[in-house]
Amino acid sequence: MSLQQMFFMYFAIAMTGLSLLIVTRKNPVHSVLMMLLLFVHIAGLYLFLNAEFMAAIQIIVYAGAIMVLFLFVIMLLNLRSEETVAKYQKQWPVSVGIGVVLAASLVIILSKITVIPQLGEYSIEAIQAEGSLMTVGKVLYTQYLLPFEIASIILLVAIIGAVVLAKKRIQ
Amino acid sequence: MVPLNWYIMLSAVMFSIGVFGFLARRNLIVMFISLELMLNSVNISLIAFSHYLQSMNGQILVFFVIVVAAAEAAIGLAILIAYYKNNPTIKVDEINLLKG
Amino acid sequence: MIYTLIPLLPFLSFIIIILLGRNFIRDKAHFIAIPAVATSFLLAISAFMEVSNGKVINIDVYSWIVSGDFNVSFGFLIDQLTAIMLLVVTSIGTLIFIYSVGYMHGDSGYYRFFAYLSLFIFSMLILVMGNNFLMMYFGWEAVGLCSYFLIGFWFHKKSAGDAGKKAFIVNRFGDFGFGLGVILIFLTFGSLEFTQVFGQAGILAGQTINFLGTEVDLATMICLLLFCGAVGKSAQIPLHVWLPDAMEGPTPVSALIHAATMVTAGVFMVARCNPLFIMSPVAMNTVAIVGGVTAILAATIALVQNDIKRVIAYSTVSQLGYMFLALGVGAFSAGIFHLYTHAYFKALLFLASGSVIHALHDEQDMRNMGGLKKYMPTTYKVFVIATLSITGIPFLSGFFSKDEILWKAYQHGDLGKFLWFLGTVAALLTAFYSWRLIYMTFHGKFRGTPEQEKHLHESPPIITVPLWCLAIGAIFAGYVGIPPIFVEHGDKIGEFLAPVLGHSEGHGTHAEEYFVIFASIFVALAGWFVAHIMYVKKTDLPQKLGTMFAPVHKLLYNKYWIDELYSKTLIQPMLKASEKVILGFFDKIVIEGIVNGVPAVIASFSQGIRKVQTGLLSNYGLVMALGALCFVGYLIFMG
Repeated sequence: MSLQQMFFMYFAIAMTGLSLLIVTRKNPVHSVLMMLLLFVHIAGLYLFLNAEFMAAIQIIVYAGAIMVLFLFVIMLLNLRSEETVAKYQKQWPVSVGIGVVLAASLVIILSKITVIPQLGEYSIEAIQAEGSLMTVGKVLYTQYLLPFEIASIILLVAIIGAVVLAKKRIQ
Repeated sequence: MVPLNWYIMLSAVMFSIGVFGFLARRNLIVMFISLELMLNSVNISLIAFSHYLQSMNGQILVFFVIVVAAAEAAIGLAILIAYYKNNPTIKVDEINLLKG
Repeated sequence: MIYTLIPLLPFLSFIIIILLGRNFIRDKAHFIAIPAVATSFLLAISAFMEVSNGKVINIDVYSWIVSGDFNVSFGFLIDQLTAIMLLVVTSIGTLIFIYSVGYMHGDSGYYRFFAYLSLFIFSMLILVMGNNFLMMYFGWEAVGLCSYFLIGFWFHKKSAGDAGKKAFIVNRFGDFGFGLGVILIFLTFGSLEFTQVFGQAGILAGQTINFLGTEVDLATMICLLLFCGAVGKSAQIPLHVWLPDAMEGPTPVSALIHAATMVTAGVFMVARCNPLFIMSPVAMNTVAIVGGVTAILAATIALVQNDIKRVIAYSTVSQLGYMFLALGVGAFSAGIFHLYTHAYFKALLFLASGSVIHALHDEQDMRNMGGLKKYMPTTYKVFVIATLSITGIPFLSGFFSKDEILWKAYQHGDLGKFLWFLGTVAALLTAFYSWRLIYMTFHGKFRGTPEQEKHLHESPPIITVPLWCLAIGAIFAGYVGIPPIFVEHGDKIGEFLAPVLGHSEGHGTHAEEYFVIFASIFVALAGWFVAHIMYVKKTDLPQKLGTMFAPVHKLLYNKYWIDELYSKTLIQPMLKASEKVILGFFDKIVIEGIVNGVPAVIASFSQGIRKVQTGLLSNYGLVMALGALCFVGYLIFMG
């Protein structure tokens, strides 16, 4: 087992464990905190995969913005009473079954798959020559310009929607 | 060298855990978190493909997934708050307005 | 084509006011409506000028309906007849719009009123300008609709709503006939264009059509069906019952729609179709007799009514009868001439009575009026002018047109003599009830409450100025049709209309004509004299006469019990039948059976499977995950 593989094994085990913790904590605040830890690991994995820009976004947007939003909402709702009742629904055994079967079958399929790489132009050297950010930016602002603009509209809609939904009804 | 399959299998496991969390938990917020977990597991596989196929498309797709996830989280939580104002519970098995 | 704007401008005004009226325009609606109709008036004058130079405008704006052989275009025909109608409609329309600014001031539905009036003007212009029967029919129905809107304008009053419905339903009888007539015309001529239909009117001669097993003359059939529509719209016996009730609407509406323009649509239509009517002596005689009988019956009813607007309404019915009398004896231009003069003095009568009603705060009963002469001098003056005109006092407009009709009737053989007699008696009655109206309203002592007396006032200029304009019309409008016996080529309107309506032939000596003229002057003065005696000199006389001839008085006061007759013979049986058959059987058993049965079946079916919908998010998610799992399984084992 090479060093890289050992690193990967650490990440894999840590991430699986964190994921399990996330879905099993009774207090949602704990879940969110575990999630933050998971995001750091994911960002590490991205660095591993030569995607520095994505790693940065993972930390900034996901950990910095979205998870904080979750924390705010949890604080806002102030759910003391939720902690005293059962945290799982009645259907939890079935869910466990589904989760296990799904994981098992996916792992079985995926272990059988071999990717015959038809390699693109963005080899590690090519990316390193220009820098990860520059490469992503070039693709994003040329080939994917229209989806990019549409994404901005989606965000705008989300902003307006969130404001409209969350504001007080004016009588 | 880490084989691509490893990444994909990690992603699959995390995804299954997310599915379990979504199906089994009663707390709506934790269900949301499970959703984010599933999205992230998919992101991992996309980035891995991007790396191994030496293509940029995977990373771009992740970028858009993050955009949509942000929008989804904002709207979802806003709906949650709006719902909570009218009906102060986030126990998902008590929300059955659509009952036939 | 600039003349397309004539109907279009009021329509635009309607659109703007009805869309923006409630929120933005409100009490400024007249700033849009009046310029629109006034511009139409100017354009109408221009069109009239063009037509009087001998040019007939006939244009198709666009193809409206094309379906196999059926080909109708949206087109306008402006000939001599239309030009006169355009002038009447737009000039009186403009004056009444201005009047309404004062009259409707402060009404909560102010913008709605102007919107409907604009729509009415548009519909009426389409009616008179259309170059085919379908356009005319469209305008015909649209004015009926506007009439319905405007009669029921104060819909919160039950009587107004009922009157609107009555007008609409009674008109339906006539319009049904008119519609059938139009269809029959299409079947016969294969076209609805006026020029084509009238051009080949000759082919009607001798043709018959099978109607309920008997062969009927085709021309008679068509003309009687068309006349059916005219009877409804122009309130002739037996469909006259709606018009007096229509007085529930605001007074400007009564003046514009139920006196000057819409109700004359029947006259216009018959005159327009004169090439068809000429083919059928039977239809012509029917028109003349219905007209004559209506003229006299309506006049007798008007003798004893006490509601100021109802008297004028019956007077309108009676005058419309005159017009049909003229058309029936073949004097089409005389009928149109009377239509034209009548529009002015009758609109004037209505608007002046509106001024009175306004001053008395919606009091319409003449028994509670009296002595208004000194409070409302202007209104009194124009009222007297209009009355002089309608009663046919020489050298006012009513004299010329009425005299023309009576003279043309007199020339028309034995039937004509009889009709002339009817007409002259009706003129006597007209003079009597018109002066009775004036004496009861303006002379004597005020009989209303002291509260009303304190508030008595002359109407503001926005009301009196249109009155004076109409008064000028009531005096001078007739000078376009001076009988040739007085002035050579005096009958300008008859000559102007001759290309469309033809010359009515008649043979009579000058002595006979003088006799007719003096007879009508004599009856006009006699009616005045009798009214003067009964309502100024011996004011107890009407009471005595009323008790002396109690049955007659009762008969007239109750309008020959025609409403009651219709109620007994038509409405009540219909109501009973619909209650038993439609409500009792069809609605209760058939409709409700279907309506309740179908959902019951569906409900019992869905009752079982609706439990599947738990409404729980997680359950749905679970099913979705199971589906995904199946998909994965399929990939593993089948793929």
